[in-house]
Amino acid sequence: MYTQALNARDDAPAIRPAEELEQEARFQARVDAEERIEANDWMPAAYRKTLVRQISQHAHSEIVGMLPEGNWITRAPSLRRKAALLAKVQDECGHGLYLYAAAETLGVTREELTEQLLSGRAKYSSIFNYPTLTWADMGAIGWLVDGAAIMNQIPLCRCSYGPYARAMIRVCKEESFHQRQGYEIMLTLCRGTPEQKAMAQEALNRWWWPCLMMFGPPDASSQHSDQSTRWKIKRFSNDELRQKFVDATVPQAEYLGLTLPDPDLRFVPDESGDASKGHWAYGEIDWAEFKQILAGNGPCNRDRLAARNKAHDEGAWVREAALAYAGKRRARQAA
Amino acid sequence: MTTTSIRVVETPLVLYALRRADDALVLGHRLSEWCGHAPALEEDMALANIGLDLLGQARSLYSYAAEMEAAGHTEDDFAFHRDAPQYRNLLLAELPNGDFARTILRQFFYAAFADLYWRAMMASPDPTLAAIAAKSEKETAYHLRHSAEWVIRLGDGTEESHRRAADAVAYLWPYTGEMFEADAAERALVDAGTVLDPAGFRDAWDKTVSDILAEATLEKPAAGWMQQGGRSGRHSEHLGHLLAVMQSVPRAIPGATW
Ligand SMILES: [Fe+2]
Ligand SMILES: [Fe+2]
Ligand SMILES: [Fe+2]
Repeated sequence: MYTQALNARDDAPAIRPAEELEQEARFQARVDAEERIEANDWMPAAYRKTLVRQISQHAHSEIVGMLPEGNWITRAPSLRRKAALLAKVQDECGHGLYLYAAAETLGVTREELTEQLLSGRAKYSSIFNYPTLTWADMGAIGWLVDGAAIMNQIPLCRCSYGPYARAMIRVCKEESFHQRQGYEIMLTLCRGTPEQKAMAQEALNRWWWPCLMMFGPPDASSQHSDQSTRWKIKRFSNDELRQKFVDATVPQAEYLGLTLPDPDLRFVPDESGDASKGHWAYGEIDWAEFKQILAGNGPCNRDRLAARNKAHDEGAWVREAALAYAGKRRARQAA
Repeated sequence: MTTTSIRVVETPLVLYALRRADDALVLGHRLSEWCGHAPALEEDMALANIGLDLLGQARSLYSYAAEMEAAGHTEDDFAFHRDAPQYRNLLLAELPNGDFARTILRQFFYAAFADLYWRAMMASPDPTLAAIAAKSEKETAYHLRHSAEWVIRLGDGTEESHRRAADAVAYLWPYTGEMFEADAAERALVDAGTVLDPAGFRDAWDKTVSDILAEATLEKPAAGWMQQGGRSGRHSEHLGHLLAVMQSVPRAIPGATW
């Protein structure tokens, strides 16, 4: 998931040699036949570039995503929750590692990608620029953020690029575990004391709209879904995925006894005549807020980047020591 | 469950289990503070792994303490509803993470003891303790390997890493002696053959530590004055802060289930 920030177009050069056009046609035919493209296969430069950007943004999101939840590991209210949360954040780190490895198959290095993140040039999911303020946020994030991630990532398990698709299969299994865990935190709070239930509602109020933004800008203003769709990187539009998410989440909120913070939310039956079939229409999303977050003005953008930079800078001497030691060892073995 | 602290009837066996559980919880908690902030992603993974193992050990030991105490307390009562003076962990476990060198050396000194200790405790006639020991030993063998490898890399890495590792050894050394102490309550269990005298592991620990420090080109400090007090609830200034953070949520809403 976390592919929302993809909104720059990669235009191919206007005039290309016949040979390349032929290669491209063969490539597209393989994609159309649902074959998987592997690291050593020929691929258009723009396909490679799009994938590097998408996969690395996804990897960065996993890594930055460790911070908002990491904020509550030391305050988890029971030993069971503490272990589960630590394990979850560790899973996210693992996702980041698989994804960097998948990106590396396309000819970039983790160091380059890390540098892009740390310098602020690379994007990561807007959602991680919101603060985690109460324990209920651990429930809301697992339920909604991991839930939205799954919506986005399940189709990516069939992405035309093999290494990314395979990484997604592994990641999705863990994300759905996270989602159930988050929902269970919410359920426990909602069945708890009035303070706990209020905490759950307040967290939902804060996270609902940012979660809807996770699917990216509305289709009408999204620039490059077409090419990604032809390449079978993207299978559903932003609005389609967002609608699926809303439809799945409304009954879950109802079961919890919580209210979604959207006065315009209403069920619209489809034309089948079956009144239970249809979609949940939702209110206007604040795209101005979304734009500000992508521009670096979210409540936590600066803190998140600063935290990653601090870890990187303070770890430099450790990484240098490991390299120096490995060098000494090699020299001793050679002698 | 209440916001105030519970009262624990510390029979020798309950006290024994709480001491080991507190070591594991407090040290595991410290490691969890690194999550998202480690020098490399691989180390975020490794420190979380070790932290999770220690949390698991703590939970088994608290459950055992609860069973032995038979006062209806749960693992969470022990973790979240005792104040610092009721905690029984080693001072070594509660010392702040400091830099990566200090975290690694702290882990190494502890694991070098715990690995030996749990391996021997697998022969305890108490089946629960023997089972906890068997699981802990497997985990601790990895903790020891991982931390020892880093001690060597840091000690024999760059000038800076050597200096930091040497500083960490010097800072932590006075806290290593407490691992080998046993008071009258624990001695009663030793005499009954239920648990092993920690003092019996001193020579083997010393050898492991000497070997690894030598390989790391780090100097082993001379035996000297050793700090103690954690086992009887006289802690450093650091534990109170750790617990204030850790216990804040359950203590804020009395009687809640999480
Ligand atoms: Fe993800
Ligand atoms: Fe993830
Ligand atoms: Fe997740």
